[in-house]
Amino acid sequence: MDRRILVATRKGLFTVVRESDRWKVADAAFLGDNLSLVGYDPRTGAIYASIHHGHFGVKLQRSEDGGATWREIATPAYPQDIVESPPMIDDFRKTAIPWSVQLIWAFEAGGRDEPGVIWLGTIPGGLFRSSDCGESWELNRPLLDRQREAKWTGGGYDFPGLHSICVDPRDSQCITVAISTGGVWQTRDGGQSWCVASHGLRAEYMPPDQAYNPLVQDAHAMVQCAANPDRLWIQHHNGVFRSVDQATSWQEITTVQPSVFGFAIAVHPHDAETAWTVPAVKDEKRYPVDGRVVVARTRNGGVSFETLTEGLPQGHAYDLTYRHGLAVDSTGEWLTFGSTTGSLWVSEDQGNRWQNVSTHLPPIHCVKFIE
Amino acid sequence: MARVVFTANLQRHVSLPPVTVPGQTVREVLEAVFALNPQARGYVLDEANALRKHMVIFHNGEPVLDRIHLSDAVDDNTEIYVMQALSGG
Repeated sequence: MDRRILVATRKGLFTVVRESDRWKVADAAFLGDNLSLVGYDPRTGAIYASIHHGHFGVKLQRSEDGGATWREIATPAYPQDIVESPPMIDDFRKTAIPWSVQLIWAFEAGGRDEPGVIWLGTIPGGLFRSSDCGESWELNRPLLDRQREAKWTGGGYDFPGLHSICVDPRDSQCITVAISTGGVWQTRDGGQSWCVASHGLRAEYMPPDQAYNPLVQDAHAMVQCAANPDRLWIQHHNGVFRSVDQATSWQEITTVQPSVFGFAIAVHPHDAETAWTVPAVKDEKRYPVDGRVVVARTRNGGVSFETLTEGLPQGHAYDLTYRHGLAVDSTGEWLTFGSTTGSLWVSEDQGNRWQNVSTHLPPIHCVKFIE
Repeated sequence: MARVVFTANLQRHVSLPPVTVPGQTVREVLEAVFALNPQARGYVLDEANALRKHMVIFHNGEPVLDRIHLSDAVDDNTEIYVMQALSGG
């Protein structure tokens, strides 16, 4: 199959293809529907679309023929005994967190040794596992138990959400997840037990004595280098952080220009020192610094960053890129990112030059290379 | 016994033609529909089996009083319309 880009938006799922050196929108599915996420399982080639019907709730669809046809599959749901249990209380807001899946916010295929295993993260912050490609889902109860103790809270949304899942390619039982807001958590036994893994993250929005509390960290997105899974990167609410020891500790990266704020981050799949972010003005004014859309790239593990601008609008552009709105392909050469104002760009040279695909798509929630 | 009609906007996801089913309450009537079409449940009810926040059920022309337990009584002349609540302007 040729490489394509799937773009999940507020008003449908769009397929973007390369034709004669130009990228163009070739197809649309679920027009008018709100897609929070598109997922891809490289083991089977199956594509998953999460649709957030305002009236009818969250639904999941799966395509096994590259997006030509779709079938509704099971939706993750909190089990009845949890639904009937006392609600968790958001520690900041002192409001009840409903036991109801409001949004599917993370998708990750399991390891190569676990065919059929899919992981989903949700708002409120649940982690669900399927062992049959989404025909059924099981809540990960050990992480929920830790959540009760740890008092996760809402970040940008009213309720805490699990948005990033990294399955270690060397060991599919080692899974690291990130929560907004609830820090980073890791299991080494396939989800039977979890420990907090956000030591070193710093929260500017907390009183000084709690800034390094690992339980209050607002990771916006977390990625893991495929070739060197000990190396992970986080775009956090108030900065960029890197781990070189499999999330045992994190170091703050302060060199990102023009801003350390953003939602999305990508790491080169073969070079853990190379990563990209899409910076914005922090944090109550979320638009590109000076109205100039840029991508920040480091090639040296965050010691320094380049500001990439070629092909990107450099005046009065107010595109914001959400946490799933930036993607890198499996070669590390091609990147794509989309914005809340419906702009989509592609680079075929690690971000040196960008090609604009459209400025008229609906607000973009998620982009994904299909290879 | 009641006649149940579902919003046309639901038909593109789940085929739900008007149907007359038994039941003493709105809940029992809906359960009879879901027994015929299990997929419909998740479109109308949430995980707690309450009416979804942005759905509304009209019961002889009036919105149901009990959105959680759906205990409003029905008789053989009852018409139930399962609709989307107005939202978005």
